Amino acid sequence: MMPPQTAGAMTFDSPPSHPKLWLDAVNEWFTTVDHKRIGMLYIGYALVFLLIAGLEAAVMRIQLAVPNNHFVSPQVFNRMFTMHGTTMVFFVGMPILFGFGNYLIPLMIGARDMAFPRLNAFSFWISAFGGLLLYFSFIGGDGLYGAGTAPDVGWFAYAPLTAKLFSPGHSTDYWILGVFLSGIGSVGTALNIVTTIVCMRCKGMTMARMPLLPWLYLVTSAMVFIAIGPLTAAQMMLGFDRFLGAHFFDVQAGGSAVLWMHFFWIFGHPEVYILVLPAFAFANEIIPVFSRKPIFGYSAMVGATVLIGFISLGVWAHHMFTVGLGPAGNTFFTLATMIISVPTGIKIFNWLATLWGGKIRFATPMIFSIAFLFQFLIAGLTGIMLSAAPFDWQLGNSYFVVAHFHFVLVGAILYMIFAAFYYWFPKMSGKMLSETLGKWHFWLFTIGFHLTFDFMHIPGLMGMPRRIYTYEADRGWAVWNMIESIGMIFQAAAILIFVWNVVRSYRHGEEAGPDPWDAWTLEWSTASPPPHYNFAEEPVVHSRRPLWDLKHPQAPDSDYE
Amino acid sequence: MSAHTAVLTQSTGEWQLPDKGKVGMICLIVAEAAIFIIFVLAYIFYLGKSLSGPTPAEVLKLPVLGTVCLLSSSLTVHFAVTALERNAARLSALWLALTVLLGGIFLAGTAVEWHELIYKYGLTIRTNLFGTTFYSLVGLHASHVIVGLGMLGLALLFAVAGKLNGSHAHRLNVLSYYWHFVDAVWVVVFIVVYGLGR
Amino acid sequence: MSLALFLALHDMDDMPAGHAMTAMQTHESWWRRAIQWVTGLFSTPTSIFSPQATPAHTIFSLSMLVLAITLAIFLAVAGLMLYAIIRFRHRAGDSNADPTQVYGSNQIEVLWTVIPILILVVLFLSTARVISVNEQARKPANALDVVVIGHQYWWEYRYPASGVVTANELHLPASDPKAPTPTYMTMSSADVDHSFWVPNLAGKMDLIPNKVNVMWIDPHKPGLYLGQCAQYCGTAHAKMLIRVYVDSPADFAKWIAHQKMAAEDDPAAAEGRLAFEHTACVNCHTVNGTSAKGKFGPDLTHLASRDTIASGAIRNTPQNLRQWIDDPNSMKPGSLMPKMNLSSHELDAITAYMVSLR
Ligand code: HEA
Ligand code: HEA
Ligand code: HEC
Ligand code: CUA
Ligand SMILES: [Cu+2]
Repeated sequence: MMPPQTAGAMTFDSPPSHPKLWLDAVNEWFTTVDHKRIGMLYIGYALVFLLIAGLEAAVMRIQLAVPNNHFVSPQVFNRMFTMHGTTMVFFVGMPILFGFGNYLIPLMIGARDMAFPRLNAFSFWISAFGGLLLYFSFIGGDGLYGAGTAPDVGWFAYAPLTAKLFSPGHSTDYWILGVFLSGIGSVGTALNIVTTIVCMRCKGMTMARMPLLPWLYLVTSAMVFIAIGPLTAAQMMLGFDRFLGAHFFDVQAGGSAVLWMHFFWIFGHPEVYILVLPAFAFANEIIPVFSRKPIFGYSAMVGATVLIGFISLGVWAHHMFTVGLGPAGNTFFTLATMIISVPTGIKIFNWLATLWGGKIRFATPMIFSIAFLFQFLIAGLTGIMLSAAPFDWQLGNSYFVVAHFHFVLVGAILYMIFAAFYYWFPKMSGKMLSETLGKWHFWLFTIGFHLTFDFMHIPGLMGMPRRIYTYEADRGWAVWNMIESIGMIFQAAAILIFVWNVVRSYRHGEEAGPDPWDAWTLEWSTASPPPHYNFAEEPVVHSRRPLWDLKHPQAPDSDYE
Repeated sequence: MSAHTAVLTQSTGEWQLPDKGKVGMICLIVAEAAIFIIFVLAYIFYLGKSLSGPTPAEVLKLPVLGTVCLLSSSLTVHFAVTALERNAARLSALWLALTVLLGGIFLAGTAVEWHELIYKYGLTIRTNLFGTTFYSLVGLHASHVIVGLGMLGLALLFAVAGKLNGSHAHRLNVLSYYWHFVDAVWVVVFIVVYGLGR
Repeated sequence: MSLALFLALHDMDDMPAGHAMTAMQTHESWWRRAIQWVTGLFSTPTSIFSPQATPAHTIFSLSMLVLAITLAIFLAVAGLMLYAIIRFRHRAGDSNADPTQVYGSNQIEVLWTVIPILILVVLFLSTARVISVNEQARKPANALDVVVIGHQYWWEYRYPASGVVTANELHLPASDPKAPTPTYMTMSSADVDHSFWVPNLAGKMDLIPNKVNVMWIDPHKPGLYLGQCAQYCGTAHAKMLIRVYVDSPADFAKWIAHQKMAAEDDPAAAEGRLAFEHTACVNCHTVNGTSAKGKFGPDLTHLASRDTIASGAIRNTPQNLRQWIDDPNSMKPGSLMPKMNLSSHELDAITAYMVSLR
């Protein structure tokens, strides 16, 4: 019945598991070069940091719940937002996306591993070490004098606050080194992903037949090369300043504070798209499967992604509308920023068209994806408000910005990460996550998310700047902040349910089988969890949806492409 | 059904994908180029902005010898690759040795230049913005030369030990990409630091 | 969100007094009170939606346009999405057969590329206009110049025309729309980045070391306008508040005349003055007409004429002054003024001297 090329894989069971010594298992995970294990290491590592950075957010929300609060000192608060932002971006967002990429890309393109398995392991461990170094600053930050401190310069570490003069001790050095190492790891993994996608696709999988997920990862990874470089360079310069007495950002010697801003945002803006493209990638896989239709406008989706990648390299100074760019600069960056909404709009509309005429099933991955659609729409539109430079002169660096970017970072990216987790966990573990707990997770988190971040726009409009450890009672911000803090409790509860769901389902979950969602891409053609070598026989594909072709031999996709 | 598959299989019979080593190396080069661009931009941005001397015009001399050596080493490494492709391992070793030698002369030139700058003109990375950007940019490049030389040296060792043959030509080729890149960066550095900046 | 929760959470002290009182006193139907209460929530002293000066007004009009357009887009797109997920959901009785497979359509792709581009043209052109109106406005001859210098956690204001130097409380003349006398502020920083933001008057502008920025304000209504530093600048960033007093032109002239005078030399405070001049205070502070010429901290020549100290963080009362001089960090953690370890007697004397600096 089935063509032999892919059928072989289906019949394979996971390799026989015989009891192992605990130490052997640890050793295996530490020395593994298997892309699936490295992927899971990335994901697990990121989840631990999500809890830590979430805890830091909780501290901030408690402190801000009421005006003139004394829950933590200003110094601690400043460390909290610095560590929260840095951790969430570099040690949650990046690793979790790379984790899914590592796990899924070889499976989706029918390869047996990544192009450079050892480099892969190296990249993971060096990133992991970067995270540990960053957190070691809590103990070692101040050097010999005992009491340690974490960095408190903000996640974009504007010069000259980071100069030795204003940030004595070593806390800022830990920030530099930790993020620097994670950057090296990111470039390594991105290199691996690109090479894997370009060189290791299975027979028949032309670029035009590749699922959208690898496509988006290809663009993301290409952006990593171009974006991480500037950050690495800027951090080297800052390191030279702090360790060798150079003057790159030393305003006393004629150095420029604005130069750092440019360098940081040349990295920082593409970075946010690096984070969001994988989230789009998950949506591109999940929404079609639960609408029971192929993705609408495949080539438009690819084109839009490439366009987003290009344009996003030229918009960075919209983070600098208030530094005095002058009318020409402000006008140019307003235009460049606004243009991004065209390819992004194309994506939104194609997802909408994929839903249209489908038979939508509201499984947990799908409800997270649907919430993502609405939340990303809102976040994009608040982004458009910020991109109008004069409007940004009011909104910039206020809680409105904080609301905007949490709508993307949480409402879009974290939501799609959850969706991806519910969708691919069965593949990774062989067990289904509980739908009931999943729904609880979804609703609690959604209530909490909207309590916290919808209401965050309002104090921003009412003049509340970000990064303040407390505020005056007469400003009228108290009510909103209290609501935001209450929302935080719901979010924490939801995440605890999620963790519980993972632990419990891993032990007692329902067996998933190779293809629990009746999906169409290659990863569902092999066992769950896949055997070490992924596919017993290397698959051959004839269309974008090889499993659809298998399941519908009378009307295969290849007839329509 | 099976007829169907057969037809399609035929059409995908030829399945050639690019080589991993090359693609990986190109990725690495793009990422490194991004780093260099930022250092070059910083150099240009700070041209003439130092608050105190010495200025580039006062102290920099054209490193002609080093430049000639480094640029010609691109040729020699290319010959090393083509020789190995023709399975001429001894010849390839010779070209490799020449490459390492030329690269070494370049590095030595930089060392002499730095020594003079530091001890004769008192210019260090701390002196002024020129010192800061000069040592960072030229030093970053020099560190890449060192890495390249290390790898070429390793290849040379294998060659001398007689362990290199035509089947390795492909790897040597990938390595030569890196070396060409280091050369190309030098062209930019040369233009910016010794041309534009003086 | 239920209103009951709103009310339960609400702390009456947080409200501008007027709104809280009307809500308490009038015994109207609960929903009227609720509406009043809600509008009260939004009419706060630093809202960007109650502009009182020119750039703020222009920005406000632009923001209304942008808000309207984005709201319309939201309603249209979210409406379609909502419709799709309701209309095309898999219902209980549905067959399990897959729906018609549709792969895409080029016409429709073009459609939803072109429509957003058209919207963008409108958005961009109106934005570009406001940018140029603001940044390329011609400076009238009788504009007032003020130099603003950001310091770690306080503001320095200099009026070059009159030689006045003051700190933390900025005084500007109200401007007559017929013959505008806008204020042009030349901004820089003595240490790290700061940002000057008074939402009722104008958008923010950063103060960056080694860089000079210019912003202007054309205020029409006398009054006190609040704001605060909007660029993270270190530990006490949250307490780097801004107070702008827009005075009537006559009041402003009086204020300038007063600030130009040398410091008061009240014999009753002579002991305090001596103590002040013999302490390290003079290394950091200036009091015109005395040996105190320090530049690190705020100018204290007319300290007592200010309503607040420590950049608006603390009311300027003798008790507060005393505690401030005794231990600045207990009142404003992170402040760069060190604890001076003065005796109680010295403290009293110096406080008395400070209070005399009208
Ligand atoms: C994944 C993350 C992510 C994403 C995707 C975006 C997307 C966008 N962002 Fe955001 N942004 C951040 C993360 C992100 N941002 C972060 C982290 C910061 C703050 C960093 C910091 O300061 O700490 C920030 C800050 C930030 C600023 C600076 C604010 C300030 O500090 O003063 C600006 C200003 O222009 C901006 C704009 C935009 C725009 C225009 C988009 C666009 O890409 C949005 C495009 C999408 C749409 C518009 C919706 C869909 C389109 C349609 C339905 C078509 C029709 C629409 C139109 C015609 C308008 N963002
Ligand atoms: C991916 C990115 C990401 C994510 C997911 C989040 C998630 C959250 N963020 Fe964050 N945030 C940023 C990225 C992100 N943030 C960035 C970049 C900044 C800017 C930093 C800067 O200015 O430098 C910022 C800043 C920022 C601020 C502004 C600080 C300031 O300017 O003063 C606030 C304030 O409320 C906040 C809150 C939150 C909250 C409540 C969540 C919640 O969604 C978090 C939910 C998660 C949890 C609640 C974890 C729950 C788990 C437990 C409770 C169990 C713990 C148990 C153990 C550890 C055993 N964030
Ligand atoms: C090392 C420098 C330094 C010394 C010494 C110093 N101050 Fe200060 N002072 C400052 C700084 C800086 C501020 C601004 C603090 C802030 O608002 O964060 C300040 C603020 C003040 C203020 C509030 C001014 C205002 O307008 O907000 C007063 C009053 C004051 N100092 C009095 C004194 C007295 C009296 C002494 C000596 C007993 C003294 N200072 C010694 C640096 C100093
Ligand atoms: Cu000054 Cu923040
Ligand atoms: Cu951006």
